[in-house]
Amino acid sequence: MSASANPRVSHDDVTVRDPLIRIRGLRTALNGKTIFEGVDLDIPRGRITAIMGPSGTGKTTLMRHITGQLAPDAGEIVVDGANVARIGRDALFGLREKIGYLFQNSALLTDYSVFENVAFPLRQHLKLPEELLRNIVLTKLQAVGLRGAANLMPSELSGGMMRRVALARAIVRDPMLIIYDEPFVGLDPIALNQILKLIRTLNQTLGITSILVAHELAAVRRIADSIYLLAGGKIAAHGAPDELARGETPWTRQFFSGEADGPVPFHYPAPDYAVQLGLAGAAP
Amino acid sequence: MSIVRKPPSRLADSLAQIGACGIFLFRILGAVPLSLRYLRETVRQVYFVGAMSLVIIMTCGLFVGMVLGLQLYHTLSIFGGTAALGTVVALSLYRELGPVVTALLFAGRAGTSITAEIGLMRATDQLDAMEMMAVDPLAYVVAPRFLAGIIAMPLLACVFNALGILGAHLVGVVWLGLDNGTFWSNMTSSVDVWSDVMTGVWKSLAFGAVCTLIATFQGYTTPPTSEGVAYATTRTVVFSSIATLAIDFVMTAFLM
Ligand SMILES: Nc1ncnc2c1ncn2[C@@H]1O[C@H](COP(=O)(O)OP(=O)(O)OP(=O)(O)O)[C@@H](O)[C@H]1O
Ligand SMILES: [Mg+2]
Repeated sequence: MSASANPRVSHDDVTVRDPLIRIRGLRTALNGKTIFEGVDLDIPRGRITAIMGPSGTGKTTLMRHITGQLAPDAGEIVVDGANVARIGRDALFGLREKIGYLFQNSALLTDYSVFENVAFPLRQHLKLPEELLRNIVLTKLQAVGLRGAANLMPSELSGGMMRRVALARAIVRDPMLIIYDEPFVGLDPIALNQILKLIRTLNQTLGITSILVAHELAAVRRIADSIYLLAGGKIAAHGAPDELARGETPWTRQFFSGEADGPVPFHYPAPDYAVQLGLAGAAP
Repeated sequence: MSIVRKPPSRLADSLAQIGACGIFLFRILGAVPLSLRYLRETVRQVYFVGAMSLVIIMTCGLFVGMVLGLQLYHTLSIFGGTAALGTVVALSLYRELGPVVTALLFAGRAGTSITAEIGLMRATDQLDAMEMMAVDPLAYVVAPRFLAGIIAMPLLACVFNALGILGAHLVGVVWLGLDNGTFWSNMTSSVDVWSDVMTGVWKSLAFGAVCTLIATFQGYTTPPTSEGVAYATTRTVVFSSIATLAIDFVMTAFLM
């Protein structure tokens, strides 16, 4: 990889040497709606990088690009040296074996028990003795506090429990990269603390690169090494959590203080409200 | 899939669907070698689409056989040919009714459940989750069901035929008093394994492939909504029935 040898495309603040993921000039439109117009970003190895941004800006879409579930209209996405939009299916599957992905909606396999859900990636790809497999799965379930729920079916779980099972499934193979799409949704403060610790431990002890998509600034600040703020199809801000949280640009100030007015629109694009309600007078 | 979503017209939509279905068939066939790794999954599906359909197949087979026995007995008695009842019943079952009615029942019983199951997996992102875990849903979910349909359909048709003949025997021999020996000996002497029984088996194999292809295709490409799954299930029954009867005509013309 030659990422570091290319200062032309480096960011204004940091040039990441040999990033795990390098995205340049990403452009995407879905159903005619522009989602990204020129996104450049680097995910450094062994760090926790948070992606934040208003709902509907395309954070999940960005993760789908990174994992090759969705091809971009233009731009390159290089993950661990491979351009995911170009490589063949086998290479893509090889890459995905090294990625743990926590789906925003959990996406548990409803016909399998909690245990089998977590065991699924192991069973599919490794021929482990049953006892070892059992130990690995129970360890991961223990880490998310659900060892006792191993024999339940997904339909018997609450939303927050499903998130944690999905989390256990995402980390079960100790991958090179873990993508957490909103891991804190539906977690009570105790579970949230434990999950934060878990994410940090995985990152620190195993050196797993982590991408954290989340809205909770307080939680993100505690573990993330850097934050990308995504808004309006572009990277609106990038930097260390504390730096961004100070809110020195209009984007960060509005986003982190939660004001409705500012560069980040709260509303999905729509015709004029008064006009749509039929309250407007004669249009000029 | 994108070509299916925005049809310029209904005709173009139908043609695009057929084309997409054909491409899907090749993708399944491509995934079959990989799916041999999931042999247990295939066996499980044979149980689900095959063994679980047995009750409806047996019940319907019995009734169809009884109706056939009754109708043909009366028609044959006009010509004094009731001795041929066993032969006529067996031939119509083996060659036509067995494979066709089994396929129609299969589409309603197993096809719909395959479509709904896969459609729901699509709607709840389970197929995407498998892809993300580097498991090909075509090999893990679709191909086993496809193979199971091809395996189960001829077996179900055989069961249907057996029960049908039993039904005709009940009506003709037990109820209407036809001679038991005549019934069986006429049947065994004039039904040929290759030209009659195997004709039905070939048809069943084709129906099994087509019905499960349609069912899996409808489920796999369904819009991820409850309405989408509902429509897909309906389409499975409608398209499977039409395809079964159309292919039956073509195969009959060639196999005669
Ligand atoms: N399959 C699709 N077809 C068309 N548009 C889509 C599709 N999926 C997502 N979008 C659009 O893409 C935009 C980004 O969606 P995405 O799910 O990536 O948002 P997000 O940033 O993850 O939001 P949230 O924080 O609410 O999860 C949305 O405006 C949505 O309307
Ligand atoms: Mg999202």
